[in-house]
Amino acid sequence: MGNRTPLYDAHVAMGGKMVDFGGWDMPLHYGSQMEEHNKVRTAAGMFDVSHMTVVDIDGDGARDFLRYLLANDVARLDGKPGKALYTGMLNEKGGVIDDLIVYLVDPGYRMVVNCATRDRDLAWMEQQAESFEVSLSERPQLAMVAIQGPEALDRVKEVLGVDWIAAIDDLKPFQSVARGDWFVGRTGYTGEDGVEIMLPGEDADGFWRALADAGVAPCGLGARDTLRLEAGLNLYGHEMDEDTSPLVANMGWTVAWQPEERDFIGRGPIAEEKAAGVKQKLVGLVLEERGVLRADQPVVVDGADERGIITSGTFSPTLGHSIALARVPVTVGDTARVEMRKKLVPVKVVKPCFVRNGKSVV
Amino acid sequence: MSEIRSELKYMPSHEWARLEEDGTVTIGISDHAQDALGDVVFVETPEVGTELAAGDEAGVVESVKAASDIYAPVSGEVIAVNESLEDAPESVNESPYDEGWMFRVKPSDTGELDKMLDADAYREEAEE
Repeated sequence: MGNRTPLYDAHVAMGGKMVDFGGWDMPLHYGSQMEEHNKVRTAAGMFDVSHMTVVDIDGDGARDFLRYLLANDVARLDGKPGKALYTGMLNEKGGVIDDLIVYLVDPGYRMVVNCATRDRDLAWMEQQAESFEVSLSERPQLAMVAIQGPEALDRVKEVLGVDWIAAIDDLKPFQSVARGDWFVGRTGYTGEDGVEIMLPGEDADGFWRALADAGVAPCGLGARDTLRLEAGLNLYGHEMDEDTSPLVANMGWTVAWQPEERDFIGRGPIAEEKAAGVKQKLVGLVLEERGVLRADQPVVVDGADERGIITSGTFSPTLGHSIALARVPVTVGDTARVEMRKKLVPVKVVKPCFVRNGKSVV
Repeated sequence: MSEIRSELKYMPSHEWARLEEDGTVTIGISDHAQDALGDVVFVETPEVGTELAAGDEAGVVESVKAASDIYAPVSGEVIAVNESLEDAPESVNESPYDEGWMFRVKPSDTGELDKMLDADAYREEAEE
């Protein structure tokens, strides 16, 4: 038996097909992954993301610590309480230990990191924190629910009631608001509008069931993956890992190069890589004929000796055909070929984003 | 619990076969297999007229999650394929033993059906 979130009983009661995910018993789907996917694109769906790791960072040295630890610069949050920043946490070679969101809270900062990388992340942070006046506290007692889709905010307001309506109406994207142990951030992993809500574990079951009663569809990890892939969002261990630089993982925009005197872990190697010219990049692939692109399939790019590789591939329920993210030589043109099932199949090469706010962008 | 029909024969690779009254054999994948694959998005069936030997790769089922080969349980000529799966691959999920059938062969040796698993043996196999 794996770890269970406070919502385990609710998942089983709602027909969730439970699978192991990084040591946690999580719902893969509640019947049809495709229906859940479409519900998020057209109305509202909810995901249990309580398996993710929440770490609060406090102390006089918290800001300096995070400016050293993270490739993006938490100075961008100064004077903006509640604001969130997406960033990579790099190792000394410039590889990505994890991607995460950090919020400016009162007091200190709150980070949400991946569950699969939890142990590595915490050990790395503890080690780096030794030279700073900083305290790290994990918050395992918090549950986390993501509510996503064009109707997500309306449904959440309906359930949370009158006390929260004004606060949620005022919430801009990548902004959060906290009340006691409840924390609502306008963030997500689907390419739709929505919120991610942290709340005390003991409140989670009632909140989840109230959302279901309000018409929010429970969604599993399967739909979470097809939604994030359509939105062109990275998944740790697929688009990036400790041997991948953020510059080849479409995370260059998250690296704060200014001010130049800021020393962050991994800066030297990725600055050299940038100066020498980045050799690969992350692109989107679209397969218009039948078949489904899958992770690890090789990508043949005209004029390049090196092959690329598909990092994530799936069937896109919104587009009705297969899409993929792939790391390929930067010389790639508008088309490439993928070796799938012993055949070379032509694909279109696009920017790594396929669907935004329910609509195709390819 | 997935449905395993007692009148059908099965392969360890999760195909089912049904001997029809006219002597042909209809083939699909089991309820257990469709459940494990999740939402089916494409089905590649063999072409009518293809001569298959038992154990040959006959087609592919692609779900959102994975691709899975379909093997011919018996030898023979493909005499029909379920063309409706092109527009409605979800039939494999919704009705794996009826609307979700994949192809039909004229068997060259119906004795090959006896080598397949019966429902009880397949249930043991599927539950492992």
